[in-house]
Amino acid sequence: MDEFVNLKATELRLGLPGTNNVCEERVSCNSNNNKRALQADAENETETSPPRKTQIVGWPPVRSYRKNNVQTKKNESDGESQGIYVKVSMDGAPYLRKIDLSCYKGYSDLLKALELMFEFSVGEYSERDGYKGSDFVPTYEDKDGDWMLIGDVPWEMFECNCKRLRIMKGSEAKCLGSGV
Amino acid sequence: MPEDDEDQSPPSDLRSQPPCSPNKSRNCISSSSSQTFPDHVLENVLENVLQFLDSRCDRNAASLVCKLWWKVEGLTRSEVFIGNCYALSPARLTQRFKRVRSLLLKGKPRFADFNLMPPDWGANFAPWVSTMAKAYPWLEKVDLKRMFVTDDDLALLAESFPGFKELVLVCCEGFGTSGIAVVANKCRKLKVLDLIESEVTDDEVDWVSCFPEDVTCLESLAFDCVEAPINFKALEGLVGRSPSLRKLRLNRFVSLEELRRLLLLGAPQLTSLGTGSFSRGDQSDEQGPPDYAAAFRACKSVVCLSGFRELMPEYLPAILPVCANLTSLNFSYANISPDMFKPIIHSCHKLQIFWALDSICDEGLQAVAATCKELRELRIFPFDPREDSEGPVSELGLQAISEGCRKLESLLYFCQRMTNAALIAMSHNCPELTVFRLCIMGRHRPDHVTGKAMDEGFGAIVKNCKKLTRLAVSGLLTDQAFRYMGEYGKLIRTLSVAFAGDSDMALRHVLEGCPRLQKLEIRDSPFGDVALRSGMHRYYNMRFVWMSACSLSMGCCKDVARAMPNLVVEVIGSDDDDENREFVDTLYMYRSLDGPRKDAPQFVTIL
Repeated sequence: MDEFVNLKATELRLGLPGTNNVCEERVSCNSNNNKRALQADAENETETSPPRKTQIVGWPPVRSYRKNNVQTKKNESDGESQGIYVKVSMDGAPYLRKIDLSCYKGYSDLLKALELMFEFSVGEYSERDGYKGSDFVPTYEDKDGDWMLIGDVPWEMFECNCKRLRIMKGSEAKCLGSGV
Repeated sequence: MPEDDEDQSPPSDLRSQPPCSPNKSRNCISSSSSQTFPDHVLENVLENVLQFLDSRCDRNAASLVCKLWWKVEGLTRSEVFIGNCYALSPARLTQRFKRVRSLLLKGKPRFADFNLMPPDWGANFAPWVSTMAKAYPWLEKVDLKRMFVTDDDLALLAESFPGFKELVLVCCEGFGTSGIAVVANKCRKLKVLDLIESEVTDDEVDWVSCFPEDVTCLESLAFDCVEAPINFKALEGLVGRSPSLRKLRLNRFVSLEELRRLLLLGAPQLTSLGTGSFSRGDQSDEQGPPDYAAAFRACKSVVCLSGFRELMPEYLPAILPVCANLTSLNFSYANISPDMFKPIIHSCHKLQIFWALDSICDEGLQAVAATCKELRELRIFPFDPREDSEGPVSELGLQAISEGCRKLESLLYFCQRMTNAALIAMSHNCPELTVFRLCIMGRHRPDHVTGKAMDEGFGAIVKNCKKLTRLAVSGLLTDQAFRYMGEYGKLIRTLSVAFAGDSDMALRHVLEGCPRLQKLEIRDSPFGDVALRSGMHRYYNMRFVWMSACSLSMGCCKDVARAMPNLVVEVIGSDDDDENREFVDTLYMYRSLDGPRKDAPQFVTIL
């Protein structure tokens, strides 16, 4: 019985205690959405109304550069978020990426996406000891310019304060990763 | 503005074995038997003549005459265009063409722009720059589109070509401000540095300060896509010591006030201006708002205006002094309402190229139609690029444009509602159309007035616009639309299809018709093996075929690959390697002289 209790304690869980982050975020751009949508549409051919509301990858065909850089509606209480875009760098990787934090529901979502994007794994997180079991430590720069460990603050606070992400590697990572 | 994906000539013939037909040897000196004139004399004569040939179409034709002409043409071609970087290896390029000064190279297929392909697919500039570094010491110009370029590549470029003059990077990625800094610093003869719609990482390097301190040769500097703050003081200094500067496109980190200062420095010479953010910081106005219009009044030569990345609409009227001279205006990053827009466009009588967001509404388009009688190119982008967004432009705007702008040649139009009638009208009113790209954002949307498919509208376009070379279709389309395309699309070179057609017949119509088809990109359409096989007689004469989320089986793709050894057939999978998957995710195939590439990533299978 004790075994099972211990397993639960070491389970990788991030975000607020008690939350259950089960959401899948689509990171790979070759999702099956295209195909499923197509097959469904073939049946609904005679319908004149738009078939579905889910966003299809790459449609409408507007370059992400343009999507990201069109001026947001200023001075208007539109309320709709245009996305929280932050740069992500990884030590040793040749170039940066940009992601939209508002696409993710929580830390495990985000980390899963980062792991896929940069092909690494993040180790296990604990509040006290930070990330263990991997050379890579995910960190972020907050509005004050300090480098913080991802996962230490509640997700909503993180979303507001995060300026950019950096996946640190090696000795620098060890310092930050092993807790306060 | 980014170059369009059009090239006017048939594919460059880069076969290593020159064609030589004995029957044509009457005017050709054969190298073996006794001859009246030594080879090298004739070569010299030919060289002196052929160097006047500019167009690559003419040069390709000349190179087919005989062995000698092939050889001499290879010696005298200074500008090389390569539409697909994987069609040949860099070694082949340098073996055939010995004295290249200018290279235009294109990489990824266009659908990669829309996340339909995982990153790291390829199109690396590295092997090209390293090969050319040894072979072309006098290289002056490099123009890349959709290539992956690293900082190291840029450094090698800067170090290897002492006479380097022009660098143009369109829709590229993989490099950052540190790479730009090396180019700025080491290319002492640099005239053109144009970064257009590229992803440039912010390495926090002050690249503007890296330009040499004496007078520069700069004629064009475009960095509107660089998402990083710049050292404005250094920029001021640079503009001040660049007497040849004609084109300057600033990024959004340059404020309106800074723009004003720059214009006071160098406005009279500028012909093309990208205005940066066009907004002010939080400065208080001691004596009322500054006179930005005065700065624009000094821009006597500006004919091309863009920027407005964070537009503060109250300052827009400042550009009025230049409107009467404008031939090109790009508002496509600014959310401008019809009321803001109309007073501006009212003065733009000479406008030929106009890009904007659909926020100007049908009303704004009507104003364009009323004033811009010289309009050649129109692009309307969606402010809210989602399928179910509000569509502020519709067939009304298009109809107005077709009636007012009779010289229209190129159209890109995003909308939510369209009718066949509007397309039919445009097909009659605008006979000069060569590019027609309509994106009805809701998939499978029919004519919203009649409820019918959009077949007749697109049919009219292909039938009546006899000069049409590029077509992109959308909305609800049956096989009939494709029958029209195959039958009437005699000059179509590029065709883009998404969520259209009923069956294999549609694609067959196109592959069995459209004699000039070069580039075919299809997504999410019910075309399968029968259709793919029906085009096998022509894939060698095309630059590429892209088909994603269609109904192609792996077996059929393998058959095509086996039957056509000079065709590289790439199947691009997704992350889950499902062996039982019925259909291939993405097929990308292209002719190649040097076989399959060696740098394909894991998710690409070359059959």
